[in-house]
Amino acid sequence: MRKKEIVAMLLAGGQGSRLGVLTSHVAKPAVSFGGKYRIIDFTLSNCINSGIDTVGVLTQYQPLLLNQHIGIGIPWDLDKNFGGVTILPPFVSKDNNAWYTGTANAVYQNIPYIDYYNPEYILILSGDHIYKMDYEMMLNYHKKKKADVTIAVYRVPIEDAHRFGLVKTEEDGKIYDFEEKPPNPTSDLASMGIYIFEWKAFRQALILSEESYEDSDFGKHILPYMLSKNFNLYAYEFDGFWKDVGTLEAYWDANMQLIDLVPEFNLYESYWKIYTKNEVQPPQFIGQGASVEMCILGEGAEIYGHVYNSVIGSNVIIEKDAIIRDSIIMNSAIIGEGVQIYKSIIAEKALIGAHTKIGMGEDVINEEQPHIYYSGISVVGEKTVIPPNVEIGKNCAIDGPVTKSSFIDNKLASGKNLIIGEGSD
Amino acid sequence: MRALGIILAGGKNERLKDLSTNRALAAMPVAGSYRSIDFALSNMTNSGVSKVAVVTQYNSRSLIEHLSSSKWWDFGRKHGGLHVFTPYMTNENSFWYRGTADAIYQNLSYLKNSHEPYAIIAQGDGVVKVDYSKVLQYHIEKRADITMVCYEEKNKRELNRFGIATVDQDNRIIEFEEKPIEPEGNLVSTGMYIIRRRLLIELIESCAKEERHDFVSDVIVRYRKQKKIYAYIHEGYWRSIASLESYFETNMDFLDKSIRDDFFRKTPNIMSKVEDEPPVKINYGSTVSNSLCSSGSIINGNIEDSILFRKVFIGNNSVVKNAIILNDTYIGDHCHIENAIIDSHCNLEEGTVVKGKENEIIIIKTKDSSYK
Repeated sequence: MRKKEIVAMLLAGGQGSRLGVLTSHVAKPAVSFGGKYRIIDFTLSNCINSGIDTVGVLTQYQPLLLNQHIGIGIPWDLDKNFGGVTILPPFVSKDNNAWYTGTANAVYQNIPYIDYYNPEYILILSGDHIYKMDYEMMLNYHKKKKADVTIAVYRVPIEDAHRFGLVKTEEDGKIYDFEEKPPNPTSDLASMGIYIFEWKAFRQALILSEESYEDSDFGKHILPYMLSKNFNLYAYEFDGFWKDVGTLEAYWDANMQLIDLVPEFNLYESYWKIYTKNEVQPPQFIGQGASVEMCILGEGAEIYGHVYNSVIGSNVIIEKDAIIRDSIIMNSAIIGEGVQIYKSIIAEKALIGAHTKIGMGEDVINEEQPHIYYSGISVVGEKTVIPPNVEIGKNCAIDGPVTKSSFIDNKLASGKNLIIGEGSD
Repeated sequence: MRALGIILAGGKNERLKDLSTNRALAAMPVAGSYRSIDFALSNMTNSGVSKVAVVTQYNSRSLIEHLSSSKWWDFGRKHGGLHVFTPYMTNENSFWYRGTADAIYQNLSYLKNSHEPYAIIAQGDGVVKVDYSKVLQYHIEKRADITMVCYEEKNKRELNRFGIATVDQDNRIIEFEEKPIEPEGNLVSTGMYIIRRRLLIELIESCAKEERHDFVSDVIVRYRKQKKIYAYIHEGYWRSIASLESYFETNMDFLDKSIRDDFFRKTPNIMSKVEDEPPVKINYGSTVSNSLCSSGSIINGNIEDSILFRKVFIGNNSVVKNAIILNDTYIGDHCHIENAIIDSHCNLEEGTVVKGKENEIIIIKTKDSSYK
């Protein structure tokens, strides 16, 4: 029987609600990143660069864009006769409630997919981190330790540790305890949500966990269970660049780091390329009288205005006399003449009318969603059209079919939302 | 589509001087992120032609590498597809292609085994966007034997490098001169033709019998009166890049917004092999004005009226003005490049000065004989 040594299961079903209106219409893994990429590109590229050519992508929340983006996997060379990338959405069966209720439940429901490849190892990944990692090295570590489970861990500052799931290890890396977001952490090794399992043992654990819990989850159920049954769990410490982009602030920071003179996360190394679906191929144009400094620009971008310290996506047009600073402009957005944008995120295909100003005034934390919009960043949602000559403050969120009349006195004060239609929840 | 495609991409060319010593003309980089054959291939696929042969022989390696996967132009299909025909030996024949007609003759089985009623012939060095389904419709309406896509060269540039057609009121070609020293008209043949497949086979076979090998002089010129050859006037942009002058100008034409919009923003798109390069990075202290830059490039200096291809590095305080920098070239700090073409894979050390004149472009070629 043909078989694959290792199959990756990529969890891409989460909404990522702390990215605000950026994830109103798309799942977090499909959100643009770094000018021309989407967040999931980094994990998919890591797979193929590590020699893993069989990847199941588990989708659930707003999967359309993700489906279109991944397709049959051509950009990542994951279009294979045996293996390749397979999108695994929830499905209905005779005795099944259809939705994925937890991370482990999602994998459980796809046991037949994994069985088809008859693998020895399963690699569990999530599609919401920015990093370059050679999973083959982790697999070698897993084999060397004769582990049943290997968890990739990242050393975080102890004062931040309470935000993570932590592992406690013996000197040789063997895990003896877990702590899920403890108020007083005693370890600084955070789980990265990347696991390698022995398939046979893992398969049994999935089935057992499914019998006991409705929302079977890796961190809550599978790993503690396997630890309690004396399986060998090891921690694999990763010390490269690894960035969670789960909040607007972290997302903005990670984008801005790409602009550094020599970025810590370097996209320009040719031995570990990041692949994406290239819908646009023309070169970037910078017009006469334009100025562009400390920026990265995606394919087909046309700049006639002034852009500083910003990340500009593919096919973006920035008209003349516009000033963009410290901002992220995603694919195919159009920025009108004389527009001013400061520390804001403009999502894909948005259109900013001439002489509109965004990111002005005082830094007031958002009234409705203070846990999302607190870092001074204003966000304009996908395909949103902002009328000309309006002024928008800081920590604002604008999404949906807004019009001139949606603004009072042509203004939206800092900390206010203007969300119309579907995006309002 | 009821036509198959043939792209002639084989010719040896000396007018491009040093740039084509290691590179097929059809593989010349154009407009920042394309190769010249991308235009011919995209036109075919965008017009619904699903079966295309690229005929090549001179320096074909660079071209074949570019065509190593046909999926970028959507030719990776069960039916049709992209075929690359290089010369090969048989018991009867051990010749290289002795001309364009001979190149088709040596691959005549491709035509004979096809079922499409028409054949579209195009050139690998034409920068153009054309819808062949419109040309075919015209061909059928005119009941033409051959339709030749022509371009009215209003600026009369390099007329002596092309075939010049004279037409009657109905656009039927009544006279045709190949590369005339003193051209009478300015209706240039773009080298794109539509012809019934069976007629093409017939004409090519009779050429071969008479030991004639060139499609233009032995088919078009010889049969111009006997066969009904019609000119289809192409209204948009067209340029052949087969001379240094036109190569430089064609690239610079893409700094013009209307030309850029026509090729890049209006559908259908021009497609190319995907290179997966990261975004262009423009660092602190750079100034860039009226220039195209391509992905994978890192810019620290001052760029003006220039075209940078993929993966170009420009050092601090370097000036690039009215120049074309081909892919994978490194330009160190404090360089000055003006009125020049820097070939791919060059490494210009700190302080290098290359200054051509506006009517005398300098070419800097890589020292190693890299084929890219």
